[in-house]
Amino acid sequence: MNTATHTLDPHGAHAAAPTGILRWLTTTNHKDIGTMYMTFSLLMFFVGGAMILAVRAELFQPGLQLMKPEFFNQLIGVHALVMIFAALMPAATGFANWMIPLMIGAPDMALPRLNNWGFWLLPPAAILLTLPFVLALFGIGDGAVATGWTLYAPLSVQGGIGVDFAIFAIHILGVSSIMGSINIIATILNMRAPGMTLMQMPLFCWGWLVTAVLLIITLPVLAGGVTMLLTDRHFGTHFFDAAGGGDPILFQHLFWFFGHPEVYILLLPVWGLMPHVLSTFTRKPIYGHTAQVWSFIAIGVLGLVVWAHHFLTAGLPVPALLYFMYSTMSISLPLAVLFFCWIATMWRGAMSFETPMLFAVGFIVLFGIAGLTGLVLADVAADAQYHHSYFVVAHFHYALFTGGIMGVMTGVYYWLPKWTGHMYSEKLGKLHFWLTVVSFNLTFMPQFFLGLAGMPRRIPDYALQFAEFNAISTVGSFILGLSQLIFAYNIWRCVKGGEKASNTVWEGTSGLEWELSSPPPHHSWETQPVIKA
Amino acid sequence: MTTLNPRASGLYRLFAGLGLTLAAGTAIADYTWNFPKPVTPIGRDTLSMHNQFMIIITVLFVVVFAIMIYSMLKHRKSVGAQPASFSGPRNALQWFWVLVPFAILLFIDFVLMGIPAFHAVIDMEDTRTRADMVLKVTGLQWKWQYEYPDSGIKFVSTLTTPRAQIEGTEAKGENYLLEVDNEVVLPVGKKVRILLTSTDVIHTWWVPQFGVKRDAIPGFLRETWVRIEEPGVYRGQCAELCGKDHGFMPVVVRAVPEAEYTAWVDKKKTEMAAAAAGSDKAWTKDELMAAGKAAYDKNCAACHQAEGQGIPPAFPALAGSKIVNGPLLSADGKLIPDSHVDRVMNGKAGTAMQSFKATLSDADLAAIITFERNSFGNKKGDMIQPAQIKALR
Repeated sequence: MNTATHTLDPHGAHAAAPTGILRWLTTTNHKDIGTMYMTFSLLMFFVGGAMILAVRAELFQPGLQLMKPEFFNQLIGVHALVMIFAALMPAATGFANWMIPLMIGAPDMALPRLNNWGFWLLPPAAILLTLPFVLALFGIGDGAVATGWTLYAPLSVQGGIGVDFAIFAIHILGVSSIMGSINIIATILNMRAPGMTLMQMPLFCWGWLVTAVLLIITLPVLAGGVTMLLTDRHFGTHFFDAAGGGDPILFQHLFWFFGHPEVYILLLPVWGLMPHVLSTFTRKPIYGHTAQVWSFIAIGVLGLVVWAHHFLTAGLPVPALLYFMYSTMSISLPLAVLFFCWIATMWRGAMSFETPMLFAVGFIVLFGIAGLTGLVLADVAADAQYHHSYFVVAHFHYALFTGGIMGVMTGVYYWLPKWTGHMYSEKLGKLHFWLTVVSFNLTFMPQFFLGLAGMPRRIPDYALQFAEFNAISTVGSFILGLSQLIFAYNIWRCVKGGEKASNTVWEGTSGLEWELSSPPPHHSWETQPVIKA
Repeated sequence: MTTLNPRASGLYRLFAGLGLTLAAGTAIADYTWNFPKPVTPIGRDTLSMHNQFMIIITVLFVVVFAIMIYSMLKHRKSVGAQPASFSGPRNALQWFWVLVPFAILLFIDFVLMGIPAFHAVIDMEDTRTRADMVLKVTGLQWKWQYEYPDSGIKFVSTLTTPRAQIEGTEAKGENYLLEVDNEVVLPVGKKVRILLTSTDVIHTWWVPQFGVKRDAIPGFLRETWVRIEEPGVYRGQCAELCGKDHGFMPVVVRAVPEAEYTAWVDKKKTEMAAAAAGSDKAWTKDELMAAGKAAYDKNCAACHQAEGQGIPPAFPALAGSKIVNGPLLSADGKLIPDSHVDRVMNGKAGTAMQSFKATLSDADLAAIITFERNSFGNKKGDMIQPAQIKALR
């Protein structure tokens, strides 16, 4: 494998490599591509964030103040699509690109050109997703997709050109993700250092391996679903139209067969990363490596068979309701294994609380709330009350913001010194953490109560009894949004310079990635390390 | 606790605060922190199950994170902790303690929560046993139509909150966004089987105090049931994003004692008979125009706007529209495909223009068509009689 890579990418080639913009357009280096993924992700995080701040501003008080309901509906859906497909997924892929070769002792990713292509599909997709906003300004079409990110038919059959743009954006993003997944699977299966068995492989790589498999299984189903939607819209088919023998609920099945595993696609890389961070800052080995690997696999498998709990109010037959309720509840078991292992890793360690550790602890606690409320949501009868309400909105933001985005932040602070060779500002990092945690809870804790009190989601205006909690939530969201500027500034500062980072960066690190220099050489692991059993 | 440094106590306070906030959801009887007061058996079941589950997950949360916080305080480098080196259970006793939490979780999942949930689901889905009456609910963009098949009553229920309140030029009323012109009236103490469907996109019928939420799906029937135990007015909303005015299609149910319900049924029947008579009498143009303005504002203005300017391209303008200014009926009084009358009665497939044939009376349809042809600068000068609409059905 080593020799093969060297023939494809002769040693001196990068000496004459292009510089400037051409370097980034043509690069096949996993670290460059990882950096581009992370930068793109950060940028889109702010784009998606700005959209939702506009929404929160509208919801600050009852009444329509800032925008029409049509525009409101566009913002909520595009916010979700941007955050999921253009912020969170690219961040995880960025981590994979940067870290998997370093962690498994490989010189680069297995398929470098595919890697470059996978990244460069993202900007066009992001443009497709947001272009309808701009076109509407020039009187073309009626704006972006206004159906929510779920694109439920028949609302999406009825929608304007924004729906078509979203369908094609999803196709392109899906192709990009499948390419990334193939690359990661190929790298992990073929390019591990001699002596590194699959079971010895670092948990981050395991998390990603399961994610990649899930993506390859589920994305084609989503692609099929939205293609059927496209033909329903333009070519006279009736997949989702009862009048032509179709069924609107079929779309929900297809969508959530992808959509539920997608939750784990977003979370598994973070679950893989957590034990490394915890082990480093407790100066103690990871607890239950094998148990965590099997939990990842179990969650991946279970994640594929519980999708209908996303539409338990759609009128499924009783046996289906019971099946989806109990199968969903059973996910709590492998998830509990992960929580157990995280806490057992901390137990009797020698902990210190640098920024990555703070984020890791914040992640465990707040993601715990997501997990526990998820368990309650699985109950079909109680779900009738929670479903389509702000309770669900709060629940999945605890899952995807604290579980996903705070997980990514953990990884960024943890690995940034390795990537840049500089330490970030610990002071700003801690400030960022505390502001994020407090304002996140200020934003989303009231939404649990709004949901219980009966506020439906996706409404631009609301009855008066919901006013106080909405006002609090909006204040929280603006602090949350603005605090992220500290994050961006801290990264910028760290890239520009700062205290030199050592190879190991942190006191308690273990793993191949910490044996390389910070930043690592242009070709990571020119000679593969040998792992002794 | 004296060894705590400020950072640790900050963490501690935060987590304790979170736990309390979660617990508050169940502990405070004030219902702004919990479900509104339930008034049906399902609602009560759901609330008690919810309360029980919240206590379970709060205990889980507190116990698990108390252990973690204890560890974070004790096992710190700054207090001189030495890291252990274990990475898994090492003997039978440790295995036992590792497996205990999972046994507890299994018990919580499938016994403590699973059994009451099972019974609640079976109860919730049993819509037919000893049902006293049927209410059919149809979701339309963006209003609800209610039908009482037993007594032949049928009406549409739309939001009455004035635009001025929504736009903030007028003070908001007590039931802002949760008030309608025609409330659904149901008898107290009767099991009402509710059938749901939709004519356009998916809507969801939800009244929080009933503990009932069910999707209304075009082309399919879904069902649920309520037995309201206390007289009163109960308010809810559409809960599934259904387009532009999703936030503006409330559900208002008035539960009354049976005698009062019977009286209401009789009154509604008389009204229906009067409306039916309206189809047969000959209307003057002024009558049609006046009735048309009222019906237009209620049924059409949300999309086509008060002055008929529409919101193109999704909602075309009626002012100057080719269709509105086209021919009324064929020479022999038949429907012309894709004409104005056809659009209003049958809608346009694949767009938000729905079929109004089933939801509006002959008089309303005739009035709206006549009004549209002679307003917003359209000067067709013609009119259509309710009787003509009746003949086209």
